[in-house]
Amino acid sequence: MSASPAIVAASAQLRFRYALYLGDTSLILAQRLGEWVGHAPALEEDLALANTALDLLGQARHLLSYAGEIEGKGRSEDDLAFLRDPSDFINLALVEQPNVDFGHTIVRQFLIDAWQLELFECLQGSSDPRFAELAAKALKETRYHYRFSSGWMVRLGDGTEESHQRVQDGLNALWKFTGELFAPGAVDEQAAAAGLGPDPASLRAAWTANVEQVLTEATLKKPADVSYRWFGKRHQHTEHLSHLLAEMQIMQRTYPGVQW
Amino acid sequence: MSEQRKQWPLYEVFIRARSGLEHKHVGSIHAVDARQAVEHARDLYTRRQEGVSIWVVRSSDIVASDPGDAEALFEPAKDKIYRHPTFYSIPDEVKNL
Amino acid sequence: MYTQGLDSLGADCLHQATDAVTLEQRFQSKVDADDRIEPKDWMPDAYRQTLIRQISQHAHSEIVGMLPEGNWITRAPSLRRKAVLIAKVQDEGGHGMYLYSAAETLGISRDELLEQLLAGTAKYSSIFNYPTPTWADVGAIGWLVDGAAIMNQIPICRCSYGPYARAMVRICKEESFHQRQGFEIMMTLARGTPEQHRMAQDALNRWWWPSIMMFGPNDATSKHTAQSMRWKIKRFSNDELRQKFIDITVPQAEFLGLTVPDPDMRWDEATQHYVHGPIDWKEFEEVLKGNGPCNRERLETRRRAHDEGRWVREAALAYAEKQRARETQAA
Repeated sequence: MSASPAIVAASAQLRFRYALYLGDTSLILAQRLGEWVGHAPALEEDLALANTALDLLGQARHLLSYAGEIEGKGRSEDDLAFLRDPSDFINLALVEQPNVDFGHTIVRQFLIDAWQLELFECLQGSSDPRFAELAAKALKETRYHYRFSSGWMVRLGDGTEESHQRVQDGLNALWKFTGELFAPGAVDEQAAAAGLGPDPASLRAAWTANVEQVLTEATLKKPADVSYRWFGKRHQHTEHLSHLLAEMQIMQRTYPGVQW
Repeated sequence: MSEQRKQWPLYEVFIRARSGLEHKHVGSIHAVDARQAVEHARDLYTRRQEGVSIWVVRSSDIVASDPGDAEALFEPAKDKIYRHPTFYSIPDEVKNL
Repeated sequence: MYTQGLDSLGADCLHQATDAVTLEQRFQSKVDADDRIEPKDWMPDAYRQTLIRQISQHAHSEIVGMLPEGNWITRAPSLRRKAVLIAKVQDEGGHGMYLYSAAETLGISRDELLEQLLAGTAKYSSIFNYPTPTWADVGAIGWLVDGAAIMNQIPICRCSYGPYARAMVRICKEESFHQRQGFEIMMTLARGTPEQHRMAQDALNRWWWPSIMMFGPNDATSKHTAQSMRWKIKRFSNDELRQKFIDITVPQAEFLGLTVPDPDMRWDEATQHYVHGPIDWKEFEEVLKGNGPCNRERLETRRRAHDEGRWVREAALAYAEKQRARETQAA
């Protein structure tokens, strides 16, 4: 993004949407990981998944609060999380995909961790100091998430025949959602132009190198790219998001305007 | 004994609470290898900033003294009171000793 | 709570150590002197078995205890509550791990203990066999169940067995936030809309008696309290702790404007204690036997997690073995 020659001042509307985009992505992934707590393959993994969920939830809370602040209409983090419709969410479609099994969960986590590593690295130089500050903190968290998920990618990929198959299945199922990470959506393109965040395409090379290296070590095959792309950040969600939100939002929707 | 083999091995965990202090034994965790043991120890034992450094060691690699030998090992030191500064009587007016 | 099953088990091993009189005497005088017993020290077999049973029951309770509250993680009504709840349920998993770790110093593996749990041969606190139909149940659990647990656990911080006492110190320190967050939830509900207030009262109605029962049977019917006290595994009787809990909790309920569901509850000026109505021990026995509202569901959920996770645990081991073989080859 530093390469962007003409830095346009970021409008409040753009900063609001960018905060939502990053916040929604962290929130929905935290919600998915929260489903695991109490049900993981080993107690150690219950703790690890909960730790990651808490980091992501923390990021989401910062970002959604900030979004509400920028918007200036008095909407709180909870208003934004619980009272928006599925079509208003702009998280990446990858993070709304269901847990399926530990293999799918690890693949999803690994693909997004590798992406967030590059994203937060760049975001530290954001023209908006609040984003820069958040990125510096989130980057440390993400490094640990990546250590966890890449470790499991290799263990599962190069473990038993069954684990290899399961994690390869997960990879095959989720790969089609990776295109969105680097394709322009309205939000991140404009954010890049305004020096708010990185150009999504600029993250691709480092991400690909990282992912390929881990896949090789894990003895996994990289699936072929597909032409159809889901675009969560352009409000095109899979069927899973509305189910996820129906569950997450039930209390606030059932009892409007109540303090908890 | 195939059941035995299926367990994740046990590691003992030592945490340094902050620089300047020694690592202190805090408990154990299960992990398949050293890298994972450090991660599991981090996730379990440092959730509230309890540490700045972690040691892990396979529990089976620890060599311990036998409690049955405790008398032979530790009691002979009991009467060597001359190893302690209080054993020596020095007049009060002598300073800095 | 964690002592409830203990009172009906373990009688057979009490008298096996007669040939080791001096060892036993030395052991007991160490305990009497408030010295700690450490893993490699000699200890009577009955002491070891009692500890394994008690610590593992306690550990199982933490692990099964993740489920009723975990039920609300995805539906927590605010992001702050969600974060707190994840951290709390995670703590419970962590506490289970501390306790399994303490039990393992007695010469039994965590996998053996987990097998006992999943096979249904080990006990865990019956309280977790009750359901959490509303958000208020999360509050009630934190306030009442964690409150009762802390009451039970604080004396165990001075238990004669070192690793158990140390685990308990850590657990008590961490748990102090659990009860407070539960009370905060109840307070918010009790002072909220009429609907919220009703939700809070219903939850109190559901959790009051089971919480009272967490302290285990009456002293008169509890068989091994004396031996556990002599070993300093237990320091107060079930009834003493129960009374303490009631004395502390009833005024808290009054503060909340909620009513404890015991029509006989009254303050006794003479003894300076609350007097409670009769406890339905038949219900206690039934839940203990496995006929509580969620016994089957809780164990099935744990079994499913264990079974569905097997391939993951095996894969990690297989990978580590391959790595070791590669390193040996390279060397």
